[in-house]
Amino acid sequence: MTRRLLILAGLLALAACKREQREVRLDPPALDALDQVALMPNGIGGAPPDVLPALGRPYETNAYQLSQGKRLYGWFNCTGCHANGGGNVGPALMEGWWRYGPDVQSIFASIRDGRPHGMPAFKDKLTTEQIWQLAGYVQTIGTYAAKTAAPTRNDEMQSRPSESRGPAGADIAPPSR
Amino acid sequence: MVVLTPFPHALFALDLSRPGAPVKWRFVPEADGGAEGLACCDTINAGPVIADGKVYFNSLDGHTIALDVATGTMVWNVRTASLDRGETLTGAPLIADGKIFIGNSGDDFGARGWIAALDAQSGHELWRRFSTGPDDNVGIGPGFQPFYAHDHGQNLGAASWPPSGWQHGGGSVSGTILFDPVLHLLFHGTGHPAPWNPDQHDGDNKWTSGLFARDPEDGMAKWFDQIDPHDLFALGSAEPGLAIDRDWHGAARHLLIHPDPDGYVYVLDRANGQVLSAAPFTTVNATRGVDLATGELRRDSNRASRFGTMTRDVCPGWPGATAAHSAPSADGRLLFIPVSRLCMDMEARNVSYIEGTAFVGANVRAKSPADGLRGALVAWDIEAAKPVWTVPEPFPLAGGVLALGGVVFYGTLDGWFKAVDAESGRTLWQFHAASGIIGDPIAYRGPDGRPYVAVLAGLGGSFGMVAKSSIDKRDATAANGLANALQDLPEPSDPSGTLYAFGLP
Ligand code: HEC
Repeated sequence: MTRRLLILAGLLALAACKREQREVRLDPPALDALDQVALMPNGIGGAPPDVLPALGRPYETNAYQLSQGKRLYGWFNCTGCHANGGGNVGPALMEGWWRYGPDVQSIFASIRDGRPHGMPAFKDKLTTEQIWQLAGYVQTIGTYAAKTAAPTRNDEMQSRPSESRGPAGADIAPPSR
Repeated sequence: MVVLTPFPHALFALDLSRPGAPVKWRFVPEADGGAEGLACCDTINAGPVIADGKVYFNSLDGHTIALDVATGTMVWNVRTASLDRGETLTGAPLIADGKIFIGNSGDDFGARGWIAALDAQSGHELWRRFSTGPDDNVGIGPGFQPFYAHDHGQNLGAASWPPSGWQHGGGSVSGTILFDPVLHLLFHGTGHPAPWNPDQHDGDNKWTSGLFARDPEDGMAKWFDQIDPHDLFALGSAEPGLAIDRDWHGAARHLLIHPDPDGYVYVLDRANGQVLSAAPFTTVNATRGVDLATGELRRDSNRASRFGTMTRDVCPGWPGATAAHSAPSADGRLLFIPVSRLCMDMEARNVSYIEGTAFVGANVRAKSPADGLRGALVAWDIEAAKPVWTVPEPFPLAGGVLALGGVVFYGTLDGWFKAVDAESGRTLWQFHAASGIIGDPIAYRGPDGRPYVAVLAGLGGSFGMVAKSSIDKRDATAANGLANALQDLPEPSDPSGTLYAFGLP
């Protein structure tokens, strides 16, 4: 009986460990389609590419994709202009207020095409997929809605509440040490 | 009176002879909004300059513009800085000898520092000299006679860097440019080496974080003194200080009094660049004084920032112990220094140079010093090299100082405009403005013959941008870490700028 229970527990544990699926390499047609954001004429809002829901919105919900976005955020000098989300010459990305729209396709467009008051265009520097990874990650910095996935923990200075931990605008004092 | 607003700039001419000083003309140049992303320290400008019937100013997006001061019509407009290379213009032009001298900003974007001379009549560029690179770029030739041995050598502006590091090495000329009619020399400072991460700029990083003396005719260097070789904390030495001729321990000398962001007042002989004295005017723990025989800054190895480590409680922290204009007393005995007493934690990170993006490579968290006083106005006895009095301030002083007769005027980030007694530091008068003050007060005689003091209130700049709605202070590294130290900076009741003019008795 005990043995049976143990086996059952083992099986349950295995089932619970179903690993998150990650799409390491997308098919070229899917990649092309990812670029097809239907923005409104002012470059904001509109609709994301159809493939995004078909793929299950991985850039917003998949921990691997979010972690990739977080690494790119440091590697491509977003930090220099937006700090760790609190802003510098570029505006804060964590306070829940967006100049160009809160939806992921607007954020994607901000990064891909740049914005007139000093946001450089990254379309020649990053692949479409990397830009989606960044867009998904940027959305988590301030956490506007609870998310089930989070990027990896900081291995550097923890200067603000970590991603996906609290609603934007909540009055959380940053760690002082 | 001519007033220039921050970027996107508007230039106003006010008619002081009419009640209420109505606007006589207004000039709004075409603006490239892209410059806002390159404004490390907010979209500020040191102001316009009037000479020979013209008003000259630099725009953040890289133009130098001359207007007719009577009518506001444009005389010329030349592009002098390249946004693509991370360059912006924030300094005021200097007009001397029929020429205009300008320098760039952009250390935090990997721009290479330069100073250029333009013809005042046409805007035509006469020469341009860089702060890094081979000797011919820098303007180093046979006439270059630095005082200290470590500044002698060939092509040090390239050799004292990792391969090609000088090409994105910073050293901007964002501060005041001084003209000395007696020695017929220009003096200017150079900004910090880029990026901040010190392990990515191994070497002495000539000719950043130091002071140049140059020939105004061709820009060739006469001497250079590197205040901070291999500047670890991105402090730079952008402001050259003040040229004062006075008695120095019994002999008349041409002095350059240079309060540096590293926390020392340097007194130099401006004819040859020799450091005559260097003493700390605030709490300093990153260095242990200056060796006057060699000109060497002694570092404290416990507070040497290195890649991958967190260096804590470095004082002074970015943006340095003083970042605004000091003023001398009328007799040249005292110097009134606007001080920031902030310290910082710094964690150096790797960064790649990507054109048009910030080239920083550091997580920075500015902090109050142990005693909690983040600012001060220090009256400094130049010859004795010690403070005479200190007015403690709750916030760092971001604006300059005006000394007039026996009174010292200065503004604070929390909106006070103060007048203190030059002998004792006692507050004589204060006024609360609608916004924080980061500008320099000025004195002038009005058309009615009365003396006035004027100051522009309007929060901004490195410190003031913390109060902007685009900054989220929950991130301690926001605004280069100043968000952490200035959590309590009050948001101005009025976000626009206000010009105040006070009549003097
Ligand atoms: C050179 C400085 C700079 C760099 C580098 C930079 N940004 Fe920006 N960014 C800005 C500025 C300035 C704005 C505001 C633009 C405007 O208002 O037109 C901005 C705007 C944005 C916006 C829109 C914010 C909103 O409120 O709608 C997003 C999203 C963004 N940046 C993300 C990024 C990401 C991700 C990176 C790195 C790949 C990055 N930025 C790199 C300066 C920069």
